[in-house]
Amino acid sequence: MSTIIDVQGVSKSYGGVLANTDISMQVEKGGITGLIGPNGSGKTTLFNSIVGYHPIDEGSIRFEGKEISKLPVQSIARLGLLRTFQQTRIYGAMNGVENMLISMPHRKMRFMDSFGKNSKADYERADMLLDFVGLYEKRFLKSGSLSFGQQKLLEFAMALMNEPTVLLLDEPTAGINPTLINGLIDRLKRANTEFGITLFIIEHNMRVIMNMADKIYCLAHGKMLASGTPGEIQGDQRVVDAYLGAH
Amino acid sequence: MKKTIFYVLLLIFITAAPFMFPAFRTQLATLWLMIVVSMTWDMTGGQMGYNSLGNIFFYGTGMYVAAIICIGLVHDVGIYNDASRSEIMKFTDTQYFVGAIVGIIGAGIFCAITAVIIGYVTFGLRGPYFAIGTLGVAIAAGELVANWEWVGGGQGIALPVYPGDLDNGKLFFYFLFAVSGVVLFIFLKWLYGTRFGAAVNAIRDDEEKAEAMGIHTLRYKLTMWALAAFFVGIVGGISAFQLIHFEPLETAYQTINLGIFMVVCVLLGGKGTLWGPIVGAILFHVIKEVTWNYLLGWQWVALGALIVVTVVYFQDGLMGWLMHKKPEWFGVRIEKKESVGEAS
Ligand SMILES: Nc1ncnc2c1ncn2[C@@H]1O[C@H](COP(=O)(O)OP(=O)(O)OP(=O)(O)O)[C@@H](O)[C@H]1O
Ligand SMILES: [Mg+2]
Repeated sequence: MSTIIDVQGVSKSYGGVLANTDISMQVEKGGITGLIGPNGSGKTTLFNSIVGYHPIDEGSIRFEGKEISKLPVQSIARLGLLRTFQQTRIYGAMNGVENMLISMPHRKMRFMDSFGKNSKADYERADMLLDFVGLYEKRFLKSGSLSFGQQKLLEFAMALMNEPTVLLLDEPTAGINPTLINGLIDRLKRANTEFGITLFIIEHNMRVIMNMADKIYCLAHGKMLASGTPGEIQGDQRVVDAYLGAH
Repeated sequence: MKKTIFYVLLLIFITAAPFMFPAFRTQLATLWLMIVVSMTWDMTGGQMGYNSLGNIFFYGTGMYVAAIICIGLVHDVGIYNDASRSEIMKFTDTQYFVGAIVGIIGAGIFCAITAVIIGYVTFGLRGPYFAIGTLGVAIAAGELVANWEWVGGGQGIALPVYPGDLDNGKLFFYFLFAVSGVVLFIFLKWLYGTRFGAAVNAIRDDEEKAEAMGIHTLRYKLTMWALAAFFVGIVGGISAFQLIHFEPLETAYQTINLGIFMVVCVLLGGKGTLWGPIVGAILFHVIKEVTWNYLLGWQWVALGALIVVTVVYFQDGLMGWLMHKKPEWFGVRIEKKESVGEAS
């Protein structure tokens, strides 16, 4: 496997808070990479740095070999590097299908294409993906009226609609009914294997991430604490301590 | 089918109105002007979430550009606008009509280009800052033009009078406005159904999310504003010929009158809907005409009260209120609260 995201020596502070200090890590193309760490350890900050949400203080971030740390959010998204939000962001006033159609991959569209209507194939793809996440029955409902977990699933489907190369998911199982989590793990894995999307996932739920990832990075206090296979991470005393210390 | 009949009847009524109510031709023309500026205001304010207080800039600029083109095709603009000029500068009928049509279209194109340039700077501003920034542009433009002698300075410009019968002139301007309004309506009905329309709504509902999904937000914002500016420039140009004489601060760049009225019309009728601005403009125009005729001396107070009531109690406007009461009429469906779903 080749490296698709290469983070080297990235630091980011908010005023006096050092949210990320000298972080280096790699995401392998085609795989599922996990990012764990106690609350406030800087996971979301690292995601934000990668997708260009804020400028970084130091370091380099490469996507498919290209330096992206100075690019704005939209340009990075159009390279095929997409993220979902921890707080979940969907267009609440619109229904599920409309949310999906808005998420059409604009990077594959020319300007004049935007003055066309969505094709039958676009609608079919929207329906297929809504079905994939289990929201087909609710597709015509105003999405703001869906439960938090369903909104999370919708946001996941919207990301798939965008046909990204890499998808960064910020706590995809948070707020999801525990009985539905196994189904979601299965779908995340299928997004990786069937749609060929490289996944980079922040996850609090250890069982979930151990189950999916082929490599896991662990942050603590803004620094890279450990990395390795799920087995290695599980047995790493520093990781255990960081989590115990945080609770 | 029902819809087709409705639109055909509407079109017949629009055509017949100035003949049915010949005494109200000028008011009806002004109503069309209100409808057009309201619909264009809603393109950015309602559909895209960018509340501009400076759209009047395009109205004033449209007036000036149309007038200058019409004059410049025949005469020297500086001499024509010189207040101390004593020679009479005439226009033949052909010169008038060619000048008017070329001027009006030129005004639209010029305003669209200016919108891209101004938007490039102001679209970096969000919320109230965008509103104030655009208002600043309109105010500054009025002052600049008022001090520019080549375009008549504070005196403004006096255009030639419509050649021929006065009543025909009124009809001519009514139909110029009406055609702009109908074309704009058809255009927006189509535009709001395209991917472009959806992307613009996405910018309104959550611009950060739209950016994160790779939507070309700036490009769409500039395009939308340029399209709006095009139509405002057109009706500005028509107004220039209809009013014959206009001056910079009170007529062209009238930030407190038309500049605010268009916003009130949209709020009254309902933002972000196709019909809201039209309904709002009609309501507002009727209320305004009535207060101006029957509450003389108090008309501004009445109008101010209307604005306050609309903004405070009735923000979603008539269409918004209907949508809330009867969501199914608009195809909106709400998740029933069975509360067996997921916990959050
Ligand atoms: N916009 C901001 N301004 C100031 N401080 C911030 C901001 N965002 C995050 N921080 C701080 O940076 C640190 C890292 O936050 P971050 O959100 O990256 O953590 P996290 O690992 O994602 O936590 P969680 O598991 O709670 O989501 C925290 O101390 C947080 O308070
Ligand atoms: Mg976080």
